[in-house]
Amino acid sequence: MTFGVAGVHVAIDGVDVLRGVDVLVPAGDVVAVVGGDGAGKSTLLRCLVGRVAPERGTVTRPDRAAIGYMPSTSGTWRQLTVDENIEFVGSAFGMSGPSLTRRREELLERADLADVTDRLAGDLSGGMRQKLGFLLAVLHSPELLVLDEPSTGVDPVSRVELWRLIAEAAVRGAAVAIATAYLDEAERATTVHVLDDGRVIATGDRDELTSSFPGSISTVSTATVTERSWRRGRSIREWIPDGAVGSDGPDRRRIDRPDFEDVVMARLLADRMTRHSGPESP
Amino acid sequence: MWAMSVKEFRELLRDRRTVAMLIALPIILLVVFGYAANFSVERVTTLVVGAGSEALTEQLPPFFDVVGVDPAGTEQDATADLVDNRAEAAFVTGGTAPTVLVNGSSLFTAQATVAAIQGSGTDATVEVLFNPELETSWVMIPGLIGLIMAFIGTIVTSLGLVRERADGTLEQLAVMPLRPSDVIGGKVAPYFVLAYLDMLAVTILGALLFGVPFVGSKLLFGVGAAIFLVVVLGLGVLISTVSQNQGQAIQAAMFVVMPQILLSGMIFPLSSMPWGVRWIGYLLPLTYFIQISTGVLLRGAGLDSLWPSFAILSAMSVVVFGGAVVRFRRDLAPRLTADVPVPLPGPSTT
Repeated sequence: MTFGVAGVHVAIDGVDVLRGVDVLVPAGDVVAVVGGDGAGKSTLLRCLVGRVAPERGTVTRPDRAAIGYMPSTSGTWRQLTVDENIEFVGSAFGMSGPSLTRRREELLERADLADVTDRLAGDLSGGMRQKLGFLLAVLHSPELLVLDEPSTGVDPVSRVELWRLIAEAAVRGAAVAIATAYLDEAERATTVHVLDDGRVIATGDRDELTSSFPGSISTVSTATVTERSWRRGRSIREWIPDGAVGSDGPDRRRIDRPDFEDVVMARLLADRMTRHSGPESP
Repeated sequence: MWAMSVKEFRELLRDRRTVAMLIALPIILLVVFGYAANFSVERVTTLVVGAGSEALTEQLPPFFDVVGVDPAGTEQDATADLVDNRAEAAFVTGGTAPTVLVNGSSLFTAQATVAAIQGSGTDATVEVLFNPELETSWVMIPGLIGLIMAFIGTIVTSLGLVRERADGTLEQLAVMPLRPSDVIGGKVAPYFVLAYLDMLAVTILGALLFGVPFVGSKLLFGVGAAIFLVVVLGLGVLISTVSQNQGQAIQAAMFVVMPQILLSGMIFPLSSMPWGVRWIGYLLPLTYFIQISTGVLLRGAGLDSLWPSFAILSAMSVVVFGGAVVRFRRDLAPRLTADVPVPLPGPSTT
């Protein structure tokens, strides 16, 4: 089964938040939605789970009993302990007895939360609370798993484990849609949708997205056009639009095979340039 | 410091509720304390019964607002009328000197009546019914029972529901396979139980510590409390639907609870308020619960005289709780354009 949205338009308070967005989430795939703040990632996910009604377009999703949703706030009840959170969500999805116990123990172990089952969710660290939120979302083995920035605030080691759990959910047959601001995470997804200003500006897997992009990318010692530059570790990258001069020079080196992160940045900058000021002259 | 003050002003002016409170609160307090905060009783509704009733009626000063004269009436008839709250005082004639029965469940009215008769120099015998010693606690505790239920029902309930919204878990609940009625019922039921237990505790402690009597039907009182509780719980749910955080909920709840303390007749007699303010009191649920609680506890009144209060509270419960449920359901389940899975086109790539 493939879930997703097709031609979806959403306006909130008269402002267009999603403009004709198509995102497919096939069973067994992890589909990532990346984009900057205000790009429309959370609205897209909320639309997918039925919390936001689109003005136009269609939404395909399973019955609510088969949806697992983790909102950006983690979706945990702070005044309940870890165990009580699991018990409540399990009962809401009709789980009880040995099946709930087995699933609970399995997930607690994998999420490294087995030692804090008596702790209030509100007393957990931000990362642990995010992991608990994920655990609650996958507890009932949903057909459609929707995760809104699940790894925000999670330490690097736990992020690896979290992504392992996400991949496992997909292997078990769940259709997974995930919004993230971390491009290094997004490239692990089966398909990535780059969202900007409520529109999907690029879609594909890692190889598809990195195989072609507009313009070129160089490593520079000093940014010449700050609007087209970004820092990557200790170096500075600069995107040069097609036809513009300056991709090579004494203080700059063109990158022949840019990676996923650089390409997504280049695509976002190209899209913004087109929208705001039109193609820049050389 | 200038920058700090400018920042504070900007934040303050963008918080519409606080601005509304800053403007409205002084006006409300001025009006309430200027007009409603009035302990003096100008007139007392009065019945005159017995053989000499017509002659006595002509002699009574204007303070006694005679609402009924019955030459064939007896002391038992007059007492029954006071139980049913048809009047605040009753003159029983026919003997050597008239007996004045006074409704002690209306404290300030009763005090004013007793003072008026004692100051008139007549040889009338005064008998205060339902609260012979004119104990303040006997009159306050039936009102306090309602106030405690209003507090829990409105403030605590709205806080509990708003916490769900502020923590982002309302979003989670809306996506779960729970019916809106399950969510609302499950959220409200604990507060109903807690408020009801509090009501029982205050009623029992009121009797044990202050000797407040419980003359009437316990069942009738219990039913009245339950209906009142549904109204105030509905107010709590309504407040939660228009509040984004607990601070906003407390502000809104104070606007609902404060007028009930001041204008329900719990502290200041409703009959002493001018109509310009009194009508507000008749819109408040606590006003009707106090009529039920003082009627049942102190006077032993039955449904035959209390039914108007029951009817109004029942209507309020339907309107307020019904409205609250509709609003809360809207929060939980926004309109969807596609509830049924529909086929999508194949995957596309750029």
